[in-house]
Parts: sequence; C-alpha cells; structure tokens
Amino acid sequence: MTFFLQLVISGFALGMVYALVAIGFVLILKCSNVFNIAQGHFVMIGGYVGYTFLVTFGLPVWASLLAAIATAIIMGLLIERLTLRPLVGQPILAVIMMTIALATILEGLATLVWGGEYKAYHGVLPTVTLQLGELAIPPEMTIGLMVSIATVIILMVFFRYTKLGLAMRATAEDEQVVQSAGIRVTTVYALSWVIASVVGVIAGILLGGVSGVMIEMNTVGLKALAVALLGGMDSIGGAIVAGITLGVLENVAAGYLDPLLPAGGGLANVFPFIVIIIVLIFRPHGLFGLVEIERI
Amino acid sequence: MGLPGGTFSESYGQDMAIVRTRAQWAMLFAFLIFLFSCPLFFSDRILTIMTIIGITIISVHGLNILTGYCEQISLGHVGFMAVGAYTSAVLCAKLGWPFWLALPCAALAAGFVGIIFGLPSLRVKGFYLIVATVAAYFIIMWVILQLRDVTGGADGMAVPRPEIGGFVLKSKSSWFYLVMIIACLATFLAQNLVRTRAGRAFIAIRDNELAAEVMGVNLWAYKLLAFFVGCVFAGVAGSLLVHYFAFASPTQFPFMDSVWYLGMLIVGGIGSMPGAIFGAVSLRLLDELVTIVGPILSAAVAPQAAASLALIMRGLVIVIFLIFEPRGLAHRWEMVKAYYRLWPFSY
Repeated sequence: MTFFLQLVISGFALGMVYALVAIGFVLILKCSNVFNIAQGHFVMIGGYVGYTFLVTFGLPVWASLLAAIATAIIMGLLIERLTLRPLVGQPILAVIMMTIALATILEGLATLVWGGEYKAYHGVLPTVTLQLGELAIPPEMTIGLMVSIATVIILMVFFRYTKLGLAMRATAEDEQVVQSAGIRVTTVYALSWVIASVVGVIAGILLGGVSGVMIEMNTVGLKALAVALLGGMDSIGGAIVAGITLGVLENVAAGYLDPLLPAGGGLANVFPFIVIIIVLIFRPHGLFGLVEIERI
Repeated sequence: MGLPGGTFSESYGQDMAIVRTRAQWAMLFAFLIFLFSCPLFFSDRILTIMTIIGITIISVHGLNILTGYCEQISLGHVGFMAVGAYTSAVLCAKLGWPFWLALPCAALAAGFVGIIFGLPSLRVKGFYLIVATVAAYFIIMWVILQLRDVTGGADGMAVPRPEIGGFVLKSKSSWFYLVMIIACLATFLAQNLVRTRAGRAFIAIRDNELAAEVMGVNLWAYKLLAFFVGCVFAGVAGSLLVHYFAFASPTQFPFMDSVWYLGMLIVGGIGSMPGAIFGAVSLRLLDELVTIVGPILSAAVAPQAAASLALIMRGLVIVIFLIFEPRGLAHRWEMVKAYYRLWPFSY
C-alpha cells in the first residue's frame, strides 16, 4: 500500500508538470487554432536555458528564473511573428508541419549551442521536504509542484480578471466578433505564444532540476499532447485534471507492470499513447472538451 | 492542362489518358531507357543513393494517397514501414520463406495494421487523427522492441539476401533494378488508383467529408481503404529497405522520418504524383548534401555541427516551402513548362 501511495504521489507531482506543458499547448490551440507540436521543445530549451543561467553563469535562482522568462518571451514573439503569422488561414497540415519544422530547428539549435549532451543541475534548485506520515514527496519534486500550482493560479487569475486575458478567451470563442470589438487578434496570437513559451520554459527548468536536461526531454511534449487530448483540447481545467490523472496512471502502471514485461518494460513511454488511442476511439472530445457540430 | 496547342480530346478515354501526345510517349520511353541504363555508367555510390530514393518514392506514394488525396494526415508512416519490414524479415530469416512470397505478405501485414490504426479516423479528423497516428508509431515500435525473441529487439536481426529464381540479389546494380521496377510499378499503380472510383472518393473526402458522405461516398470503407493502400506501399518500402541493408533494427525507423516523408510531400507538392517524386528526390539529395557538408562543418566549427546542420536544414526547408511555395515543386514545374510552351506570349 505504501508503495502504491508513493507511486501516486510522485505521479501527482510529475502530472502537475505535464499539466503545465499541456496548458501552453491548449492556450495556443484555443487562441489561434494552431497545434503546437514544438511545445515539448520549449521545455527542452527551457531546461538548457536554465542550465546556462544557473550553472554556467552561476546566477541566483530568482535571477535565472527572470532571465529564462525573458528569453522565453523573446523566443515566443520571434516564432509567432516569423513563422506562424504568414500561415494564418492555411490548411491544418501546413500549420502542423510548420510547428514540426520549428521543433526540428529548435532541436538543431540546442544541439549546436549545448552540444546535445546530458546536463545535470541537481541540488541547484531549492528543495523542500514534505512528509505525510510514511510517505515522502521527493524533495526535488516538491518545488516543481509548488511552482506549477503557482503558475496555474496566476494564469487562472489572468484569464478571469485582466482585460488581455478576457480578450484571449474571447478570441478563442470567435475571432471575427473580437475584431469588430476592436481587439487586435494578432496581439492575442503573439501573447498566446509568449505565454506558452514561458510556461514551457518554466516546466523545463523544473524538470531539469529533477532529472537533468537532454535533447530527449522534448518527448514530454508528446505526453502533453495526450494530456491535452484527455482533458479536451480547449479546456485549461481539463488539462490540469488530465495531467495529474496521466501522471499518476503512468507512474502506477510502470511501477507495477514494468517488472513483468520482457525487454525491461519502458511502459511509461508508451502509456500516454495507449491512452490517446483509447480516448480518441471512445471519447474524441476528451473529458471536458466541447463537442463540435459540423455543417456543410 | 499542360498540353500543346492543337491537342483535342475526341473521346472520354482520350481525355483521361495520362500520356497524350507522341512527344510525351517518346519522352517517357527515353526516360525509362535512361533510368534502366544507369548502372552502366554510374558508380556504386550513386546507385546506392538512387536505390534509396526509389524506396523512398514507393513509401511517399503511399503517404501521398493517404494524406495528399484522402487528407488523412499520418505521422506514423514509418511505423507501418517497420511493420512491413519486420514481417518480411521474420518470414525470410526465421521461417525461410522466399523473398518474392514474403514481400506481398509484408505489404498485406502493413496494410492490415494500417486499417487497425486507421479506425480512429472514423471518429476523429485533422489534428486528432495525427495524434492517433503518432500513437500508432510509438505503440508499433514498442511492440517490436518487446517481441525480442522474434525481432531481436533493440539489437536488430540479420536478414538474408533475397533470392529470386536462384539469382541472389547482392550487387548494387541488381538492387537498383529491383527497386526501380517496383518504384515504376508503384508510380503507375498510384497514378491510376487516384483516377478510379476509389480515387475520386478519396478526393471527395479530402475536399469535404460531410459533402462526400451526403453524395453517397461510404466514408467508413473509403477511409479504411485509403489507410490500407497507403500502408501497403509503406510495407513494400519497409520490406525493401531491410532486405537492402540485410539488417533490420528499430533505429532504421526513427519517428522523425515520418515527418520527413510529409516534408517531402510538402516540398514536392501535396496531392500530385510528380510532387511525390520531386519531393523524394530533392530531399534525399539534400540529405546527401548534408552528409557531405556536415563533416567539413564539424571540423571547422564544432563537433556537433553536423548533427545540428541536418536538423536545422530539414526544418528550414519545410519552413521556407510552407511560406513561399506551399504548392511545392510540382507547381513550380508546371509553371516552367507553361512558360516554355507559351513563350514568347505569356498568356
């Protein structure tokens, strides 16, 4: 039982990070109808940027976080302006291929700048030990959990109470109405990319603090896809619930089934995809997504 | 249509014919003769590149039918190639089947796996389907890794040289002939398939799914048919690939290759047969360029420059084509042809 609960708790902490990545994904999707395959690559870049500021430059944690966020803002703005703006109104394949191409370029840049090697910065981020009876949340995960929760709360306040947040939600609803109300849709698009890239970079630093950074870190983007699908593509609350669900399920399934499988299992890596197929066949609009009605 | 002046269609058959004029027939035969005499005057290195291009063309044709004509975007194409590859590898290496029997089995196996993973396409489309195909790729590769006793897992397995009628395909030129014959057949089949009832149904589904259904196109059957046909092409290509290298391992089927195949369609021009060929040829040549330039750059700049050059190059090509020429090289080619046909009057 302790083993089970331990798996659940570390899954919960992991799931929070998934949710963070998935929120960036859902945000861009809601505002500009772009499926951002490169979301996982933002995470990877975030991890490397965090490494650069924390270890190479030796900045304190708060300064590195601010510097990383500034980098993320510039990256988001550049990507939106240079590559996605020309594709407004193009078919879905073009947009998706664009984000995949972006992902490839980001991967190439990371290889060039950081050598594509494994970089560790354990112990640089502050650790907090939380003890619940016999159970312990791994100390390096606690900080991730707390930062994720804080980020999610900030985002929710932003969407509910600020003018820009409301503009973004309105854009998600109907672009034409928003334009006639005098809101610049391009600004909203740019902002959605900036937020997604900032959220991705934060997740990258958190994950990097737990397990180090490497190029393969971008696969977290694919897991975020599964999370977004499960939660319903256009629901931020759904992304959080689904992120936690998937993190827990993945951890528990891997913990119990991996020893039984030949070739060392590796179930944690395929598990999200099995979830994807099942969700797509039985509940294509996810747990909290809107059901689309189509007309000719 | 890019036809010279004075070419009139007097019957439906003439109107639908692919090769219309004598000049076109002559050019077709000249091209085929040139293609099949290549081993006489090209080195083994160039033949290798051409063989790989041929295998790529077969696979891209499948993807073109599935994605270009039926708009069922698949990012798991390499996974289906792996199914075909491992089917024929296991049949030949473990059960001792002859190659000519294993190849159709590989194609069918890939086709049926394609149908299974095409099932979500009946309920979802667009991005959701893409995710389902990504999932298909990862599940297929995971299963291949888990079936270590049969497939050799991550270590891979040796595949015997194929033998057709007592003749062992070992030399580069024999492989060149085999692959080119199959590639020509694949092009012929693909071009003709999209002109049949099924092909028109695919195009109707691509243009508007609901409208197609209202017209009486059986979405269920035709979407699965598109998956089946597309994956059969992939299976043949995968089988040829592992037999060519005489080795099968999961590293031959990386996920990013699926993306690269879609990139070929975009660069070449999606939804056209010449486009598939243009894309496969040009991007494979680009790959070759990268393998030549990469080491030079690595020595000059940094050791990781070669790997990053390959990635950045691939991404940039797709970005540039999407922004500046979304209809691909095939469209460019038509423009060039029209220019020469109409010269000196550009209208």
